[in-house]
Amino acid sequence: MVKPCEAEPGHMDLKTKHQDEAHMKDTYSRAGDAADPPYLSPDYVGTRIRSPKQPLIIIPQTLSEITGPVYGHSDAKPEEADLTKQHAGEPLGERIIVKGRVLDEAGRAVPNTLLEIWQCNAAGRYIHEVDQHPAPLDPNFTGAGRVVTDAEGRYEYTTIKPGAYPWRNHNNAWRPAHIHLSLFGPSFLTRLVTQMYFPGDPLFPFDPIFNSVTDAKARDRMICSFDMETTKPEWALGYIFDIVLRGPSETPPDLD
Amino acid sequence: MSGRTPSQTVGPFLHVGLAPAPFGFREIFSPTVADAGVAGTHIRIEGRVFDGEGTPLPDAMLEIWQADSEGRYTHPADGRPLASNSFRGFGRCPTAKDGGYQFATVIPGTVAGPDGKTQAPHINVGLFSRGILKRLFTRIYFADNPANATDPVLALVPAGRRDTLMAKPDPAKPGVYRFDIHIQGDNETVFFDA
Ligand SMILES: [Fe+3]
Repeated sequence: MVKPCEAEPGHMDLKTKHQDEAHMKDTYSRAGDAADPPYLSPDYVGTRIRSPKQPLIIIPQTLSEITGPVYGHSDAKPEEADLTKQHAGEPLGERIIVKGRVLDEAGRAVPNTLLEIWQCNAAGRYIHEVDQHPAPLDPNFTGAGRVVTDAEGRYEYTTIKPGAYPWRNHNNAWRPAHIHLSLFGPSFLTRLVTQMYFPGDPLFPFDPIFNSVTDAKARDRMICSFDMETTKPEWALGYIFDIVLRGPSETPPDLD
Repeated sequence: MSGRTPSQTVGPFLHVGLAPAPFGFREIFSPTVADAGVAGTHIRIEGRVFDGEGTPLPDAMLEIWQADSEGRYTHPADGRPLASNSFRGFGRCPTAKDGGYQFATVIPGTVAGPDGKTQAPHINVGLFSRGILKRLFTRIYFADNPANATDPVLALVPAGRRDTLMAKPDPAKPGVYRFDIHIQGDNETVFFDA
């Protein structure tokens, strides 16, 4: 990950010195940060004025960072895991089941953690008033859901496959189909907001948000896989998507 | 062992999933971190969020995480019993059209820091929006607190930039602290990496 500080040698001393001091005390890994996109990713135009220009200040992981909000089973209702059942009728589109596990970088399950889910409808339109894409809204689809992982870190939700939609980042810009996901994990430092993509999308090479993740293997980890066993006869296609949160600092890097 | 799932932006439609009440989906988070019955000095934190051109962000979201007035976090890693089980320490607030946000909370107590040092009262802040690919992390400190002078995290911040982390009492509104965030520019807020 290219952080702003790497462009500013004057701040490297601070970073290096502090990392040495703090190294033995880190609770959460720093090596895995390499999977994340840089704040400034110029092809994604919005990042140009919404990314810090000054270096991030590296700080030790204190009680403030290794604690975090704990949200679990009391915060999601079972019916919130089915985005196709929130209205009088069925939404249009291809019904899908998405399931997987939430793990940390050491491969340990992350139980009882909240996933918040949002997406556009099958036509590529969000219910949001800012979305002016001239595609139809679906009166039977809101596009919001919640689910909490079980004791083994498993989750499952039912929805419809979102469509691609245009955005004005550049000429003829279209987002590949994706579902937005938000997770807490066990601490402030494990918080993750990401997007799940679908296999074989022809828009991948053209999408600056997907490609803001510079490592190809890390990009692949945002793509779910089709799964025949999850697919339900006469009902819905199944996809598997495991989500890996920041894990313990002793995790050796580059094991994938 | 597995590689981390990369971060992606919340995008411009974050409200559908993260602040969904306007869309008829049950809301579970709020900008109220401490209800009236919670012990401590009750305050409001109000501010605005600006991009590199000085334009307010109407489509951002802030999350805050803090200790209670005794410096205790509602989390197993803290280990101390809480005085009030209604204090969760977490709040979420989308910005309004003018880039504004507000939280109702209490001033946190001091918190243990590294090497036996004590951290001054502070609130952890996460900032999300379109154009932000990974949550931006900063802290709110309180400008009038003498403990800031010995805070080990503030000590890592160049002296000339510490002021960007200070919430200041609003002279026109008793009990209100103001804290603006500038993602870029002359007053660029200090952001952290932990
Ligand atoms: Fe989207």
